[in-house]
Amino acid sequence: MITAPAPVKETKNYLNAQTGLKSWLLTGDHKRIAVMYLIVVTAFFALGGVFASLIRLELATPAGDLMESNQYNKVFTMHGVLMVFFFLIPSIPATLGNFLIPLMIGAKDLAFPKINLLSWYIYMLGGVFTLYVLLTGGVDTGWTFYTPFSTSYSNGYVVAAGLGIFINGFSAILTGLNFIVTIHRMRAPGLTWFRLPLFVWAHYATSAIMILGTPVVAVTLFLLVLERGLHIGFFDPAYGGDPVLFQHLFWFYSHPAVYIMILPSMGVISEVISTFSSKKPFGYTFIAFSSVAIAVFGFLVWGHHLFVAGQSIYAGLVFSILSYVVAIPSAIKVFNWAATMYKGRVRLETPMLYALGFIGLFTVGGLTGIFLSSLGMDVHLTDTYFVVAHFHYVMVGGALLGYLAGLHFWWPKIFGRMYSQVWSKVSAALVFVGFNLTFFPQFLLGYMGMPRRYHVYPPEFQVFNVLSSAGASVLALGLILPAIYLTWSLKHGAIASANPWGATGLEWQTSSPPISENFEVTPVVTTEAYDYSTVPQEVVHVG
Amino acid sequence: MTMEPKSFQLFPESASNFAPTVDGLYTYMVVVSAFFSLLVAFLIIFFAIKYRARPGQGVPKPVDEHSIGGMILEIAWSVIPLGLSLVMFAWGASIMFSESRPPKDAINIYVTGKRWMWKIQHMEGAREINELHVPVGRNVRLTMTSEDVIHDFFVPAFRTKADVLPGRYTTEWFRPTQVGTYHIFCAEYCGTKHSGMIGWVHVLSAEDYDKWLAQGSGEGSMAEGGESLFNQLGCANCHVKGGHGRAPNLYGAFGTKVDLSDGTSVRFDESYTRESILYPQAKIVAGYDKIMPTFKGLISDEGMLKLIEYIKSLGDPNGVVPGRNLPSEPSDIQKTGPMAAPMSETKAPATVSKTSAATGKQQ
Repeated sequence: MITAPAPVKETKNYLNAQTGLKSWLLTGDHKRIAVMYLIVVTAFFALGGVFASLIRLELATPAGDLMESNQYNKVFTMHGVLMVFFFLIPSIPATLGNFLIPLMIGAKDLAFPKINLLSWYIYMLGGVFTLYVLLTGGVDTGWTFYTPFSTSYSNGYVVAAGLGIFINGFSAILTGLNFIVTIHRMRAPGLTWFRLPLFVWAHYATSAIMILGTPVVAVTLFLLVLERGLHIGFFDPAYGGDPVLFQHLFWFYSHPAVYIMILPSMGVISEVISTFSSKKPFGYTFIAFSSVAIAVFGFLVWGHHLFVAGQSIYAGLVFSILSYVVAIPSAIKVFNWAATMYKGRVRLETPMLYALGFIGLFTVGGLTGIFLSSLGMDVHLTDTYFVVAHFHYVMVGGALLGYLAGLHFWWPKIFGRMYSQVWSKVSAALVFVGFNLTFFPQFLLGYMGMPRRYHVYPPEFQVFNVLSSAGASVLALGLILPAIYLTWSLKHGAIASANPWGATGLEWQTSSPPISENFEVTPVVTTEAYDYSTVPQEVVHVG
Repeated sequence: MTMEPKSFQLFPESASNFAPTVDGLYTYMVVVSAFFSLLVAFLIIFFAIKYRARPGQGVPKPVDEHSIGGMILEIAWSVIPLGLSLVMFAWGASIMFSESRPPKDAINIYVTGKRWMWKIQHMEGAREINELHVPVGRNVRLTMTSEDVIHDFFVPAFRTKADVLPGRYTTEWFRPTQVGTYHIFCAEYCGTKHSGMIGWVHVLSAEDYDKWLAQGSGEGSMAEGGESLFNQLGCANCHVKGGHGRAPNLYGAFGTKVDLSDGTSVRFDESYTRESILYPQAKIVAGYDKIMPTFKGLISDEGMLKLIEYIKSLGDPNGVVPGRNLPSEPSDIQKTGPMAAPMSETKAPATVSKTSAATGKQQ
């Protein structure tokens, strides 16, 4: 794959090419925008994490002794809103995707640099609305905003929170639009569709969902604001509305949104597993098309959130079987990742540890998803802690671990520094153990019948709740560590080479960090993706 | 009253006809999931050890996917999981079908959800809050509605739940199989005291249940209450027996298909009854005029359930329901419009005959 020039030795790079706050706030450089996203996304994640800690603290005892019920309801709502809309959805696409897609396809930037910057400002504006809600008293609807509770009964700042998410959605739409145009129009000469890294395929599928799905949630939240503010009846039967209509509209977006969160992670995992096995991903085309299949079928399964909501059983049957169908592309990916390691040269560096953790946790998350796809099983399990555990295995075990794998993998490329190998491996281990301890007991709690969003619970559920809270503290420690050693590495880390992991891919052909224009000369691609025979051996750290 | 809380258990009590099947399906799924989780974990760990990088090792030869049957593998690991999961689909669907078809002989009990309590009405007249008494071994059907937001009536020991929606009726049925006391949880988030919207199902032996029912409420049955509402509100003036009045016949009509003036038809069920009373113009029965006024704001949700129960009880299209004294002819139409009707059963807060000690316990 290498026809690009040897790594540039200049010290000028995108980080120091210009200085001053203004040079950042007005930049059109996708790499700088990615770093700006990284900073705010991390801040929102930390805030969401604080709320998660409060939840687990409260639930350590059956009684509601830490907070009042209204406070608890606001805490889990803010946790959900911040984590879903302000962390998980933008996390990988807006940071790693923004940074890497032009580099991976040999382009100088995204197709619309100014729109890219605009999307960051829109995200910030949506964030400001949400922080306003937080500071003025919060919102207690749950992140799902179910009607008619949200429109007629909630005593929180529903309108402001809805507008915050509404605005934030446009940031995702613009990012998706930018990616699609860029991937279509700006690939380097010779970089055909089937030579694209799987990370790019995953982002292409994600972008399609963002563009098609996000407008629906925007419209839905807008209707919600109209009903709450002006009492125009859409959802509340008291105004002649249909209470279940909201759930249809909401999940028509929010189920595909789950794939917005997980597909980019899958893209990261494909890159990491391949690199640290020095092997082309097994079943490249199957992995690529499974991303597309997930994006398409993901739009056809929303009704599995409504099995007990009075939906017709025949609709339920269709949504149930389609939910099994959408599970198959995920299974294909998992088996292909495992097969990629076969006869490879496996190096258990930190990104690989996170990636292997991802496979394990995502497998459990996916398999428990098929419990919930089964009609009779879902009737018992829905709205219990089983569901909470399931989607945390997918969202945290999947999306977050993929994000961490990607962040550790491309950190040397983004900032030109290596981080502590010891501490990062400790962190990966703590996150894996802490995560399982936190969320596995919740599966058992769910089957026992503990409903979700319960501030106070019967005493027989306490044992598993204590285990879960204990696990959460281990998990928190595992997540605080990277904040420390990664920040530390910015100044004190060893200087990273252009290709420290022995990876293929155009982003590794340019310097670390890259120059503002990404490449000295536009690269020309003449070989298939993942051709490890072209990687110089001396760069591969084995040990 | 309370079950002995066990500190460590993996299954809730098993106390309904559905529990053994749901537990069976769950066990099947756990076994299949555990197998695939362990398989993936084994493969990853095995490959990570067997193919770990060694110092000085060159680039591994690319694996020729065709030579090791790549296509066959891809098909195998797509089709085998699909086959196993289709079993889950079919099994789960069959449970759901049986859950959605209450047996004809089921006892009807009405549930009204309200932030943050469960109000329960028995046909025989007994009423309770946050407690539900049912007999063991008999089919029980709950007809449920909400006065405000969406709730969900969940009994883990019965392995079943259903959302309770405002403005319409949903049903849930079960056959208790074990005498005992079991949790009721509200499973759909409903605001401040969501986690306090809980209660107990008491499954009684047939004998105890009869004794419990006999305590009664002194108010008469739901159908009787509905009948007096029916008369108070002046419904009987137009809805006369045999269908010769200004309004459609209600005798024997419940459960039938009703032809509408726009050429479509609708099933005469709880939700249709409610809609016709609150929004009479929404669906007009073929052959009748739009003359019925709305009763919106005049009837409480519990009063509505009584009316429904009364209309249901009008079994015979032509005859008189045994034991009831029904008006067979319209009385004075001019004098008793709905607005003139007395409002005793209407918007006043529901009076509850049996407030058991348990309501205090839950809060």
